[in-house]
Amino acid sequence: MTATVGADLWRVLLGVFALLVVATAIGRVLHARIAGQGGSPVIDNLNARIDAWWAMVAALAIALLMGRIGVVLLFALCSFAALREFVTLTHRNRADHWALAVAFFVILPIQYVLIWADWYGLYSIFIPVYAFLLLPIVSVLGGRTEDFLTRIAETQWALMICVFCASHVPALLSLRIPGYEGRSILLIVFLVLVVQISDVLQYVWGKLFGRHPVAPTLSPSKTWEGFVGGTFSAALIGAALWWITPFTPFAAGLIALIIALMGFLGGLVMSAIKRAHGVKDWGHSIAGHGGFIDRLDSVVFAAPIFFHLTRYWYAA
Amino acid sequence: MRLIARPLGRLIVFFAHIITAVRPVWHGTGPTRVQRIYIANHTSNGDFVLLWAALPPFLRAAVRPVAAADYWLKSPLRRFIGEDVFRAVLIDRTHENRSEDPIEVMDRALEAGTSLILFPEGTRNDTRADLLPFKPGLFHLAERHPKVEIVPVWIANLNRAMPKGEIIPIPVICSVTFGAPIRLEEGDDKQTFLDRARGAVLMLKDSPA
Repeated sequence: MTATVGADLWRVLLGVFALLVVATAIGRVLHARIAGQGGSPVIDNLNARIDAWWAMVAALAIALLMGRIGVVLLFALCSFAALREFVTLTHRNRADHWALAVAFFVILPIQYVLIWADWYGLYSIFIPVYAFLLLPIVSVLGGRTEDFLTRIAETQWALMICVFCASHVPALLSLRIPGYEGRSILLIVFLVLVVQISDVLQYVWGKLFGRHPVAPTLSPSKTWEGFVGGTFSAALIGAALWWITPFTPFAAGLIALIIALMGFLGGLVMSAIKRAHGVKDWGHSIAGHGGFIDRLDSVVFAAPIFFHLTRYWYAA
Repeated sequence: MRLIARPLGRLIVFFAHIITAVRPVWHGTGPTRVQRIYIANHTSNGDFVLLWAALPPFLRAAVRPVAAADYWLKSPLRRFIGEDVFRAVLIDRTHENRSEDPIEVMDRALEAGTSLILFPEGTRNDTRADLLPFKPGLFHLAERHPKVEIVPVWIANLNRAMPKGEIIPIPVICSVTFGAPIRLEEGDDKQTFLDRARGAVLMLKDSPA
């Protein structure tokens, strides 16, 4: 890591740290104010979320400071936890046991080894081509045909979302951008920061001004006010972060807007899957937030698009 | 061998956490240091490991699973894992020429002050039924040890992670729900008590997670 990347990384981390200190203070003040009236589940949840943010920011900061191996390992673990949540919701048929074992213990590790080894030609098609064709073959050897297409489609979708798309976050490290050599770890910072700030601001705008739900059947907490306020303020913050990216301020804002939009829409898609299975959260691993997928859904939808936009327009 | 028994136990519990992200849910009782018999449904060989892993570490040392001697004494490795790692209370399920009555063996473990993990169905449930009828042993233990809490437990999903006959488990999130203790009431006959115990376990199946 060159000195300037390190300095920029620390600057952003300190900014996030300051933000968390402020958020924690606000959360505690709200809690103290409302404690006399018996407390409020919304405030308790807010504080649980903020506490979990400290842990998530710490994990990401350590991974970023470790560099390539840290980021690859962190997202491999996230993929594992996300895939575990997905499979918990969908896996019903014993005949898929081996296909799922292969997905967890062969496909997932290989994808991240390819990312680590920087083999773009293979990691960008490994799951969409090889896993796509091989896993149904493993499943069909189980000999059970009931719901066959549904079962193999669910396995493939789980891998695409939880492994393939998520792995495009560390894949950003492999982009070679002229004039931006050795700084691509900051692209990860930019992506994760914009997506998560967009999520947080959608929540804040929604809680403060939200009146009109976007899709009441999918997610009662997503409102038009939250969506517009959140995504556009995230775009502004993205533009203000142009100095850590290879983009101009205008392009940074535009790309941040696309990232935030993809994140929002990804959240809707993942909500629909939850609703269809009658659950509210993907899991319970992250207090206040739900499961790993609840926190990662928007990153996962934004990452490949951000990766390919940047690769097409900026990479050598 | 004894030296590696404890680290191996921890490693197995760690592995169980990675595969199942097991989450204890306490409904009407808490993780406290009182002597208990945990009675749970039994669908997978990993059940007692999972229940053990779901307990907070400070309780684990005082909890021993009741397991079948015919299974756990079959090979030296199983014997080591059963006796040394999990300190199982091994009972003989065969009726002919058994050396000791299972009730006596469990009785002695309870006298020594340990808590037990017991699968009152007596065998692994491979049927479509949620829960098989309970064996009478539990009633005799409840009679002899009225002060020991009997805590119903529902283990969810482990049979999906590790169905019978598979060696490699698939990561699937599991939960272990602990319910309010039941006891032998005045005038309970054997069947009434066993039915109530079974009902208490079954009720946890659909309790909110």
